[in-house]
Amino acid sequence: MFCAPAVDQLGSLWFDDRGVRERRRMDFFLQLLFAGIGIGAVYALVALGFVLIFRATSVVNFAQGEFSMVAAYLMVVFAVDLGWPYWLAFLIAIAGMALLGAVFNLTVYYPLRNRTYLPVLISTIGASIFLSNTVLALYGPQPQVLPGWLDTPGFQVGPVYLDSQYLVVIAVTLALVGFQYWLFEHTLLGKKLQATSQDKEMAALLGIPVAAMIMLTFIYSAVLGGVAGILVAPILFVSIQMGSTIALKAFAATIIGGFGDVAGAILGGFAIGIIETFGAAYISVPFKDAFAFLVLILFLALRPQGIFGERVAEKA
Amino acid sequence: MSRSRAFAVGQILYALAAVAVVALAASVKTDGYVANILMQAATYAIAVFGLSIVLGLCGQINLAQAAFFALGAYAVGLGGSDYHLPFWLCLLGGMALAAAAGAGLGVSTLRLGGHYLAMVTISFQQILTVVLINAIPVTHGPDGVSSIARPAGFQSGQAFLALVVAVLALSGYLVWRLADTRLGRAMRAVRDNELAAGAAGVDVFRTKLIAFALCALLGGLGGGLFAAGFSYISPDQFAFSDSIVLLTMALLGGVASPIGSAIGTILLILIPEWLRFLKSVPGLYLAIYGAAVILIVIFMPEGIWGFIRRLFASRARAAPAAAEPFTLRPADSGASIALEVRGLTKHFGGLTAVDGVDFQVRRGGVHALIGPNGSGKTTTLNVVTGLYRASAGAIFVDGVEVTGLPPHKRNAFGLARTFQNIRLFRSMTALENVVVGAERDGNALVAAGPAALRLRAQAALDFVGLGARASETIPSFSYGHQRLIEFARALAANPTVLLLDEPAAGLNSGEKRMLHDLLDRIAAQGLTILIIDHDMTLIAGVAKHLTVLNFGKRIADGETADVLRQPDVVSAYLGVA
Repeated sequence: MFCAPAVDQLGSLWFDDRGVRERRRMDFFLQLLFAGIGIGAVYALVALGFVLIFRATSVVNFAQGEFSMVAAYLMVVFAVDLGWPYWLAFLIAIAGMALLGAVFNLTVYYPLRNRTYLPVLISTIGASIFLSNTVLALYGPQPQVLPGWLDTPGFQVGPVYLDSQYLVVIAVTLALVGFQYWLFEHTLLGKKLQATSQDKEMAALLGIPVAAMIMLTFIYSAVLGGVAGILVAPILFVSIQMGSTIALKAFAATIIGGFGDVAGAILGGFAIGIIETFGAAYISVPFKDAFAFLVLILFLALRPQGIFGERVAEKA
Repeated sequence: MSRSRAFAVGQILYALAAVAVVALAASVKTDGYVANILMQAATYAIAVFGLSIVLGLCGQINLAQAAFFALGAYAVGLGGSDYHLPFWLCLLGGMALAAAAGAGLGVSTLRLGGHYLAMVTISFQQILTVVLINAIPVTHGPDGVSSIARPAGFQSGQAFLALVVAVLALSGYLVWRLADTRLGRAMRAVRDNELAAGAAGVDVFRTKLIAFALCALLGGLGGGLFAAGFSYISPDQFAFSDSIVLLTMALLGGVASPIGSAIGTILLILIPEWLRFLKSVPGLYLAIYGAAVILIVIFMPEGIWGFIRRLFASRARAAPAAAEPFTLRPADSGASIALEVRGLTKHFGGLTAVDGVDFQVRRGGVHALIGPNGSGKTTTLNVVTGLYRASAGAIFVDGVEVTGLPPHKRNAFGLARTFQNIRLFRSMTALENVVVGAERDGNALVAAGPAALRLRAQAALDFVGLGARASETIPSFSYGHQRLIEFARALAANPTVLLLDEPAAGLNSGEKRMLHDLLDRIAAQGLTILIIDHDMTLIAGVAKHLTVLNFGKRIADGETADVLRQPDVVSAYLGVA
């Protein structure tokens, strides 16, 4: 994504001093920070989807990343192949994700809802394999390109070049986080969703339709994952593997943030995005994908409860 | 006994079958295609055995078995071709490396379990793949390692296949036998109920760690043999998707037994060969694979072998021969106090559930801890048995301070308990449940050897009146009988102090009379009991001493009759001001 800073031109060597090199290093740093925040916003969105499903069902959905991948391919089909307007393709993709979330709930989670976490976890892994390979079978292995949302490529603000797609990613993420805060804290539906996630039996006794709330959670999480996929598609290539790559890092983000914590997932997402961007630039590009996992394992060894802490306790 | 004869017959049959299969592998000529499939199936099956330990016996997930497989394979591949080390040394080194990696991952996450473990194993898998591809000077990168040598004496493909099959038979035997050892029972106890396992004396963390290391070790073994068998390896053979394939093999066959693992492995290697035509469309085959995983999990939770076994399960197994009468001989240091709690305090965040409670339980007596709902009784018991850490205060069992110890260590010092909401190992038989209790560290009454353990457990079941149903699994028992099995599990441990958390809760009046009788019979053998219950008829009938809690504080302590007359005790119970 980024080249190392260009070697100083011959002419500038003459009057180059440490100040100039220092400033260039600083500019490079800021540029990386911006990119890290942009990619981190995508991880944060997917992490949010993880956390919502986990809170509602105590299940970690290992197919969360495939939601992003499927949505990106829907965009490629409608916006690129068929040439329909971007907004229309976006609406169709989001509707498709809502449908996928519902079907996912009915086939992958619901039949296993009364079993332990292990069968459900394995079933979501099966779903992940199924989704990515179905898309592979339908669309073939060549990575696809999805153009960005805006026509302007970006702006130069001071020393930092602000890519427009990164700006879109950050803006949409902030808007969705705000929407979710409003939904959960200020609406009756949000309260019902929260009640379901905290105590299903009690919620059912209070007349809350628990099955419908879980259904809604899956639909919303699939849509969140889909939005993340559509946002990141112009930055990365659209490929079969994009889902699992994003999901694994988003998962790492949720653990760093403290599993099950919404604010933690968002912060964790930004942290992972920044860490891997800097790691790739300053340490090693081929090992870029390993940094998130190393940080994750370190976190688990040193501070397993995450930044905000998961409540892990079972009553005797 | 018929059980041991059936067992001996099983062992002999297994040995004969193993010899026959090895002889076949060594003598029957096959073409290269079939030989390759056999080699792949045999080496994969060894790795799948590992999963049947970690997932089947211990209930933990491992999504990186292909990575452990790769460690073994690269140790043999690189060790032989780059460093010219002998094959056997490389194989052992690879197994050790895999086991160490498994244990290392386990140390960081096994305390958390569940989704953390899933995630960390995936991370390890991804990191290893990145390293195998990119650390080219060491691993040869994407080109892989070629012309890997086989050990002397097994140079031909046929001879090496026979060796692999022999290793497969041996490791299958060990995994099969593992289930009925102390370690195997501990793993199954951890899988069924971690809290109860800890309270019954199982070191939960150590058990999981060993399961994980053994799983990784078998992965390394399979991988090492795979490398020499095919004499070429590359990073793409050991990707995350291969870990899923191995997991699916274990699930499909039935994760609880090595036979199931072998069936699953063979099927999932043969089926793709039959479905080769599907591979013309990339992804189609794996898509079907993913859907199959979901269907297996939903419709065949115990896998093919579990399904078959259920069809042929012999309904009534003969009741074991009557054992000798059950005895309790609690450890006795001579001090008059068997259990002492000093200044015990437990905070949950800002809430103080137990607030500076003191009491002493006299040796050989029945002591009751009573109080209204929410007064901190069960919390006290949980702190005493180590499920919660005390915020302040000290706990002594027979004069030994146990305050900072984990549950299984306290159990070794003589604390046994039952639970308010019954916690048994549900997939195990009643007898196995009780055996887990009996084989605690420090149980002086049990002589060495499995026969003595079974006798002790059988005697404990006889004592609570369920001896005839020892070989049934837990779900077939009524609620009251399950409670009695919990008693038997605790009693078989020959504890110094027995803690009972609301034993009468949910029992009908007939069952309560039986419970009362049982408590009398236990007390008659001199065992010290601390009991919590709301049934005051029962408490007044069995307990000599009472400690009364209200809002986490001790409000009364003394002889039962005296305490029940105290005005603040009456008001705490009846709400009279």
